[in-house]
Amino acid sequence: MDKRLSARDAVAQIEDGMTVGIGGWGPRRKPMALVREILRSDVKDLTVVAYGGADVGMLCAAGKVKKLVFAFVSLDFIPLEPYFRQARQSGAIEVMEVDEGMMLLGLRAAAWGLPFIPTAVGLGTDVINQNPDIKLIDSPYDDKEWVAMPALNLDVSLIHVDRADFRGVCQIAGPDHYLDDWFARAAKNTIVSCDELVDTSFFADPARAREVFWERAATSAIVEIPGGAHPTSCNPLYGFDVAHFKAYNASAKDGGIAGYLEKYLGADEAEYQRNVGGLDAIRAIALPTY
Amino acid sequence: MSTVATDYTLAELCIVAAAEAFRHDGEVLATGIGVIPRLAASLAMKTFNPDLMMTDSEAFLLSEPNPIGKRPADFQQANETWMGFSRIFDNVWSGKRHAMLGPTQIDRFGQTNTSALGGTYQQPKVMMLGARGFPGNSICHANSFFVPGHNTRIFMDGECDFVSSIGYNPARLPRGRSLDDVDIRRVVTNLCVMDFGGPEHQIRLLSLHPGVTLEEVQDNTGYPIAVPADVPTTPAPTDEQLAIIAGLDPHNQRAAQIADNPPGIRA
Repeated sequence: MDKRLSARDAVAQIEDGMTVGIGGWGPRRKPMALVREILRSDVKDLTVVAYGGADVGMLCAAGKVKKLVFAFVSLDFIPLEPYFRQARQSGAIEVMEVDEGMMLLGLRAAAWGLPFIPTAVGLGTDVINQNPDIKLIDSPYDDKEWVAMPALNLDVSLIHVDRADFRGVCQIAGPDHYLDDWFARAAKNTIVSCDELVDTSFFADPARAREVFWERAATSAIVEIPGGAHPTSCNPLYGFDVAHFKAYNASAKDGGIAGYLEKYLGADEAEYQRNVGGLDAIRAIALPTY
Repeated sequence: MSTVATDYTLAELCIVAAAEAFRHDGEVLATGIGVIPRLAASLAMKTFNPDLMMTDSEAFLLSEPNPIGKRPADFQQANETWMGFSRIFDNVWSGKRHAMLGPTQIDRFGQTNTSALGGTYQQPKVMMLGARGFPGNSICHANSFFVPGHNTRIFMDGECDFVSSIGYNPARLPRGRSLDDVDIRRVVTNLCVMDFGGPEHQIRLLSLHPGVTLEEVQDNTGYPIAVPADVPTTPAPTDEQLAIIAGLDPHNQRAAQIADNPPGIRA
């Protein structure tokens, strides 16, 4: 089965009001080219589920988000995401604020077809008090109360990987695949952008096959977009773009998202990459030291 | 024998005081978020508790802590196993972890806030990071706090605007659990060391940093502190500890963690 699609055709599958999961973590390996394609589209009223960074900030600022399911939104070296803060501080979005691990449990419940997974995580805190939809339950085995973390069922997931073949075998060569496998499994439709499209024989090497974290049946579409994680990192191919994030962060205080998008977004990814200095410049960005 | 240092910064004093939080932990993952907590956990692992586990702050567990900041091109970190974020949760939920973090508010119950300040929850006046992993950390394993600027905005009157982590608040105690299940260890600030070992888990003064008075600590804390009869001075670093800290922080990032990088002994 050939799952290759253009970014535009893939993102056109996202409909108003859908729940969209976004892989990666903060400023790390986010499917930013797919996010930019959403910014160029008319789709709206999305529920977004993410370990958020600029993906969430941009979608909030562009008015695409009706509801956000989050544990944090951060650019890491710039701790507070400027457009997420604006969206919260203006009351523009509904939120379901959870613990990082609760989000993982919600994705697992969705992936496994369960209505919820019981956990102690969240007890005694405002992630329960501020979320009337998250219920506390009795255990059939002890006298304690537990959090019933509901399944986070996703209509669509967006993920960026290093390499993929046309059938949707996806390699993440960097040190961490984050929770991307669960985003892939929790969604009805998983759209994966890759820095490089490779032949299936690429995965014959067992060391490479070990860098594939979900089966191709959990991948619905493959979009080849070299540099597609920019300005986030795609370790080991490139780091995150500190200068670009600083400009993005500054734009929130000076002109807002319209000015940022006017300067960088472009009509398509080729134009975006010209606006940020080209693919060679993206691939030359040094990896961060933690 | 190591000699007690006479020339050290307040940041270095805090690193040594915070390292003590991990002394009796045994074999747990020590997670220090921020320069001083990370150096504290690293110092503990390199000296009195070599059983501690530590990550590279990215995706591997290390048998030897990494120095902070840019490292030489030929630097080889001492990987022990893969420890990506999904596996961190397996560790957190097992309870074999002690985290030291810096929340924005800490109330009299030891509850903390990392998320929404002021206004309403639907429209906070100031939005910060979000709950992050604080809810899970607080119900699953030991936690300590580091506060570089001890004041009444952080140690605030009343209850946290948003409770990210469970503390010793009877009104929020989950059914079937005891307040003793909550495990808040040390609170290290630029003024003193505290814990929640006072009557009914009240915050308690353990030591004052050199030259700091009890009045100054109480004036900068929005709720009463239990004060034992004898409050010692926070022990000074040893020369050996200072040398290890310098090796762990070759770019002296610790100098930028407390306002004006004051000396450990007040002038």
